[in-house]
Amino acid sequence: MIQDRKSRKGAVAGVVFALAVLLLVVVLENLSTFLGTGAVPSVLLPTSQLFQVLKKAAVYSLVAVSMNLLNGFTGLFSLGQAGFMLLGAYTYAILTVPVSAKDTVYYLYGGSAVNFSLPDLFGGLDTPTGLILGVVLAILLGGCVAAFFAFLIGLPVLRLKSDYLAIATLGFAEIIRAVFQWQALGPVTNGANMITQIPSFNNFNLTDANGTVILRLSTFFPFLIAILCIAVIVMLINSSYGRAFKAIREDEIAAEAMGINLAKHKMLSFCISSFFAGVGGALFAMFVNNAQAKVYTSTMTYEILLIVVIGGIGSISGSCLATFLYVACSEWWLRFLDNTQAFSSPTDMSRILFIVLFAAAVVGVSAMLIRRRRKTGDAFWKELIVWIVGLLLMVWWVWFIISGSLTIPFARNGFRMVVFSIIIMIVVLFFRRGMMGDKEFTDLLFRRKKTSEEVAK
Amino acid sequence: MSKENILRLEHVTMQFGGVVAVNDLSLEVNQGEIVALIGPNGAGKTTAFNCITGVYEPTNGRVSFLGQPMVENHPQGKMVKEYQGENQGMFTQVLSPTPDKITQLGIARTFQNIRLFSALSVFDNVLIAKHMRARQNVFSATFRLNRAEEKRMRQEAMALLEEQGLAHLKDEVAGSLPYGIQRRLEIARALATQPKLLLLDEPAAGMNPQETQELTEFIHKIRGEYGLSILMIEHHMDLVMRISDRIYVLDFGKLIAQGTPSEVQNNPRVIEAYLGVADDAED
Repeated sequence: MIQDRKSRKGAVAGVVFALAVLLLVVVLENLSTFLGTGAVPSVLLPTSQLFQVLKKAAVYSLVAVSMNLLNGFTGLFSLGQAGFMLLGAYTYAILTVPVSAKDTVYYLYGGSAVNFSLPDLFGGLDTPTGLILGVVLAILLGGCVAAFFAFLIGLPVLRLKSDYLAIATLGFAEIIRAVFQWQALGPVTNGANMITQIPSFNNFNLTDANGTVILRLSTFFPFLIAILCIAVIVMLINSSYGRAFKAIREDEIAAEAMGINLAKHKMLSFCISSFFAGVGGALFAMFVNNAQAKVYTSTMTYEILLIVVIGGIGSISGSCLATFLYVACSEWWLRFLDNTQAFSSPTDMSRILFIVLFAAAVVGVSAMLIRRRRKTGDAFWKELIVWIVGLLLMVWWVWFIISGSLTIPFARNGFRMVVFSIIIMIVVLFFRRGMMGDKEFTDLLFRRKKTSEEVAK
Repeated sequence: MSKENILRLEHVTMQFGGVVAVNDLSLEVNQGEIVALIGPNGAGKTTAFNCITGVYEPTNGRVSFLGQPMVENHPQGKMVKEYQGENQGMFTQVLSPTPDKITQLGIARTFQNIRLFSALSVFDNVLIAKHMRARQNVFSATFRLNRAEEKRMRQEAMALLEEQGLAHLKDEVAGSLPYGIQRRLEIARALATQPKLLLLDEPAAGMNPQETQELTEFIHKIRGEYGLSILMIEHHMDLVMRISDRIYVLDFGKLIAQGTPSEVQNNPRVIEAYLGVADDAED
């Protein structure tokens, strides 16, 4: 009777979308297998950057959504995500190094203290059961270990609020990283060296007897796991417990007065979030094909935090969308900025394109700034500065056109990160609520009532 | 029929450092009564509320609910020396449940400055109050193993909204509602926890006479319909005098008068507390 018809429609749309994504991934990945490597554009070749980006983004989107569960839906500002990923990654790696490879991997410590391997227990990596059961079980255990540690540190730390909680969890992540590099734990963690020879996404490609690939599933696998986990998180958020989490985010005192046990629910959210961060960490280990503590720095947490903020705090679809854009930009699309590039011919299409884009950007940004000034009726001299800077840039632009050959200015090693940071600053300054605000893509499909933001205006 | 005792405060003292916010307060609320707690600003009324609902632990004293001790404390540690209240040594137990436990026992409250979940819908606001009595754990809730329970929660919440005349607003964002409606919603949300005792902290604050009149009828109505007892803090004297069965008057944390509205109205100490000491009686 009162079952929300809209939410049911949203659930159907979500499932359809997820299935469509999975299908698309399988098709994209296998076009080159089916049609032959010559028949497809180079971007669809198995070695293409595209699939690296997709794999990494699938892993990151799971971690971003798990962080959003904590930061966006429960209102707990935690920065321990990389630490929990590390726990998941190491658990996965320690449990899946094949027994035969232990001595080479752990050669500094004369073999591993963990003398079994989950895939080997189920028949080895070459058998389907050994691979699927062993890997999935190891991933789940990675999540469980992360959740267990979250429980332990949650006991003292979850009494803290906002910035203090962030500092405490960040400290935990750093401690964990240091501990895993400790030589004394070498027989288990391989000290500061990486644990290699673990099953990776490529193990899921189906091969025939000769070792030729019949069906590629190496991108499909991380997508499948990530989508399943995100589905669970979405279901949790839409359940009674999810509503309790949102109540805590909105107003802790009122939530407590409504009979919601703060300690219990915060702990629950923290552990669940860490569980999925651990799963994400295990997937990340599969992606990079090793587990090494020095990878899981606070920079990684900030990357995830950035994704969550850009996507919109409190929006699952925003986090997913932002992950793909972020990973694609940082790993692929903006790469060209790191190379010096020169156009010798005046009619070079790239040169013309660059000049047009530059002009459009200068004119667009100046016009926008001047309009803002006009609207707010701000000081005249600010408008003057915009005019002068704009004119100077246009003079420069004219010089681009006149000069025969052109080297793209600034583009050199490291410039990518400068541009990237500028883009992020623009997002944070002008789209403060991120790409999606707190809406989901299903809200955009089936128009919802106005949000608090619109009402406030 | 002798009236059943719902809430009893015995010698409750709340001391913050050297400041005694509530001093030796004893009061009672019986079944079906509307009891008002009044007093000038800073008299310690809201502090008393916070002691009842577990937000603060009283320094000394006992709060009993339905005849059972619910909150109890006595000066400990540093407080033993610093304690300025009375009846030290009268209480020996320490009972300090968190606010959510007290809500689960059956005491619901509203807040002086409205504390709705303002970014959530009206329906969700009420539905959240149903969470604590839901018979499902996080696993069964996530994987929808107990749909009947979820459906029951939704039906109860919807029924409550209909009773309160808020059903047509169910999809509105709570923070976007007019002030008077937000007050009503906050009371509706408190009712959704199925309380036996409702604590209202200045329900008529910021309301015009028309709205105050409506609120009076509303409070009468919910007392009858839900078999509630009500303890409220209020400054609107006409509302208090019209609605309450008994009144307690606090001043500087001390109980200075108690009784029926007419008794309290004519009590010289109350007049003094509200209007100051009369120097000359000419006017």
